[in-house]
Amino acid sequence: MPQLVKMVAQRLALGLLTLLVVSLIIFLGVELLPGDLTQAILGQAATPETVAAFRRELGLDLPPHTRYLEWLGDIVQGDLGRSLANGREISELIGWRLYNTLFLAAIAAVISVPLALVLGVMAALYRNSPFDRIVNISTLTSISFPEFFVAYILILFLSVNAGWFPSISNVGEEMPFWDRVYRCILPALTLTLVVVAHMMRMTRAAIINLLASPYIEMANLKGLSRTRIIVRHALPNALAPIINVIVINLAYLVVGVVVVEVVFVYPGMGQLLVDSVSKRDIPVVQSTSMFFAGAFVLLNLLADMLAILTNPRLLHPK
Amino acid sequence: MDSGKKQDSILMSSASRRGFLVGASALGAAAAISPTSVMAATPKRGGHFRLGLGHGSTTDSLDPATFENLYMQVVGATLRNGLTEVDQNGNLVPELAESFHASPDGRVWSFKLRKGVKFHNGKTMDSADVIASINHHRGKDSKSAAKKLLQPIVEMKADGPNAVVITLEDGNADFPYIISDYHIPIMPKSGSGVDWKSGVGTGAMMLQKYEAGVRTTMKHNPNYFKKGFGHFDSAEVITIADATARTNALTTGEIDAMDKVDLKTAHLLKRRKGLKLLEASGNQHYTFTMRCDTPPFDNVHVRQALKYAIDREAIMKTVLKGHGAIGNDHPISSSSPQHASALPQKSYDIDKAKYHLKQAGLSSLKIDLSAADSAFAGSVDAAILFKEHARPAGIDINVIREPNDGYWSKVWMQKPFCAVYWGGRPTADWMFSTAYAADAAWNDSFWKHDHFNDLLLKARAELDTGKRNAMYAEMQQIVSDDGGVLIPMFANYVMATSDKVEHGPVAANWAMDGFKAIERWWFG
Repeated sequence: MPQLVKMVAQRLALGLLTLLVVSLIIFLGVELLPGDLTQAILGQAATPETVAAFRRELGLDLPPHTRYLEWLGDIVQGDLGRSLANGREISELIGWRLYNTLFLAAIAAVISVPLALVLGVMAALYRNSPFDRIVNISTLTSISFPEFFVAYILILFLSVNAGWFPSISNVGEEMPFWDRVYRCILPALTLTLVVVAHMMRMTRAAIINLLASPYIEMANLKGLSRTRIIVRHALPNALAPIINVIVINLAYLVVGVVVVEVVFVYPGMGQLLVDSVSKRDIPVVQSTSMFFAGAFVLLNLLADMLAILTNPRLLHPK
Repeated sequence: MDSGKKQDSILMSSASRRGFLVGASALGAAAAISPTSVMAATPKRGGHFRLGLGHGSTTDSLDPATFENLYMQVVGATLRNGLTEVDQNGNLVPELAESFHASPDGRVWSFKLRKGVKFHNGKTMDSADVIASINHHRGKDSKSAAKKLLQPIVEMKADGPNAVVITLEDGNADFPYIISDYHIPIMPKSGSGVDWKSGVGTGAMMLQKYEAGVRTTMKHNPNYFKKGFGHFDSAEVITIADATARTNALTTGEIDAMDKVDLKTAHLLKRRKGLKLLEASGNQHYTFTMRCDTPPFDNVHVRQALKYAIDREAIMKTVLKGHGAIGNDHPISSSSPQHASALPQKSYDIDKAKYHLKQAGLSSLKIDLSAADSAFAGSVDAAILFKEHARPAGIDINVIREPNDGYWSKVWMQKPFCAVYWGGRPTADWMFSTAYAADAAWNDSFWKHDHFNDLLLKARAELDTGKRNAMYAEMQQIVSDDGGVLIPMFANYVMATSDKVEHGPVAANWAMDGFKAIERWWFG
């Protein structure tokens, strides 16, 4: 266990370094984009005079490295700063959106992870049967369509035609929990359809891979049932790769859902990031990206820890 | 022949708005519903109105100085009022001002304010608020988009608590129009500036919660000073950027009204029960702008050749699906009283295009045209159609698809020939002095015409409407013949509502009933 703690500490330290590098890359990236916030906000209405006044007000006339270091100094003290565009506290701006994003990701995960595992195990169990084929074809089909298309199809059938679910998921802060869940069903289903194939296929492949190993053959010879062999003997050993894929998909559910947010008018982090990039609102872009990068770092760390817990041999690479 | 009769019977049998709209669509009338031909039903109080708009960004703010999209314009117009406003029929009327009048030379404008108008926070509006609200856009540190508009003000002083006297550097008969601009609402004075953060105004609705780029909730203002407006109990404005999502939200009853109907599917939407399509044709126009300071566009014959080498009708029918009107290379729409109706319409004429090319000393012409959806939706398609139209005249247009991002800073007013959209301005003077005067900041064609600029100054100070309009007609002719802006079309505002929503005549000066749908509409 001490090794595990050491590894976690090392990885967290590396994670911080990663965040620093990410923040630098993002800052430079936004700086390289043509135009700045003042021009983006004033748009067609920009004149040299108003642009200059606006820049002075926001401190955008300072050189880039000064602005970056100022931002860095603030964030180290836990101050995310203010949005350049509307002067609001970024923590306030991000707070409930982060909650929304995590909420939607959680619902999608609650539906998709068990579904993918069950389908994967069943597909391995009934390998090459019509069931296996149908599961494979349908999940691969749904992952192949662009998200917005899946979303539109769901809206058309479940909302416009059947009227079971609302077509937009404009959740509010004071909405009761179950109302919120109900409003989130369609985007969560869309995300489920998008991520299930990956996890399902990995579960199936990892289990099938093990079915050729000698210990499974032994179990077979003992006369154990196929279900027992797969669930009790194969699955625990297949968990490491499955966990990795699940976590990658969870990370995707947190950071990659902007299209779904737009189609369902869901107020999450993705829309905030896209709006802020297009308006060059650097502090907001930076803070949002920090959350996204942080989510990736932590989820990856979690995946490795879980993999090690299920298979302690991983702590001792050959 | 048949349609005339049909229209008569509809107008006689039903005075309701809905009846008229159904009739109009049955006739296939794509043109604007003429405001005067509709009788409004009596408005009813109550209900929660939900409006879905295709605009709004998390970077928006309640500061009117930086309003740049329809979302903030609608929210702003609901929370606040200006000194003057353009009403549903396109007339300028006093709003927070009770009356206004000018000195004979049009330089000194006195606004008498309405007495006893209360802000949402209970404070009574007075001349100090008005002066602070206008000063918000002036001065060295102003970043306001209205800064240029208000630059001619040399002095502003209160004449007691209920009157303001504004002195301009030159006479301007249109000043009351300018002061109706959506950037210049009256807000409560606070310290040395104004309080824009709280959203407090005098408007029909009071702000409850504003979440930038997501939604705004508002509730009825019981003390609203404008009688006959503000019928909803509460209202909600939701950003729904995706056109399909917006349409779905309307068809499934999540919202009561929406803007920016996807023109490609407008005919399908119209067929759906429980919905109605609403169109207004105003000043919004799309242009291909040539820089007159850059060869070959510095030659007026090259500009004219291009103006004859475009089939406006075809582009309007394809890009706008008929939801618009063809343009005549000047920015004054036919709905404006200042429109020069006697001016002959330019048509697609290859021979004339060739003739002008020859006059320019050229046998063929090869030019680049920059376009992007930022300029206007469908501008790339329009540019490619233009390329095909111009080919027989020996003009080879190379269409460049520019990135949407940064279009206004990197392409517009930089590239020699590019697509642009203009929301238009309420008056000819305003439009011309914004984008056609030689010294205008947004003279995007870099066009300098001495006689035009003289006329502009003369017309501005001319208080006789007949003489003024004659001057504007001449100016439209000059712009149309000589100017660097090719205006193939004016685009309608196409909106949709559920059939529960009722309204009087729909203003054409801006989208969403001149931004004022929430204070003007009601549930039937």
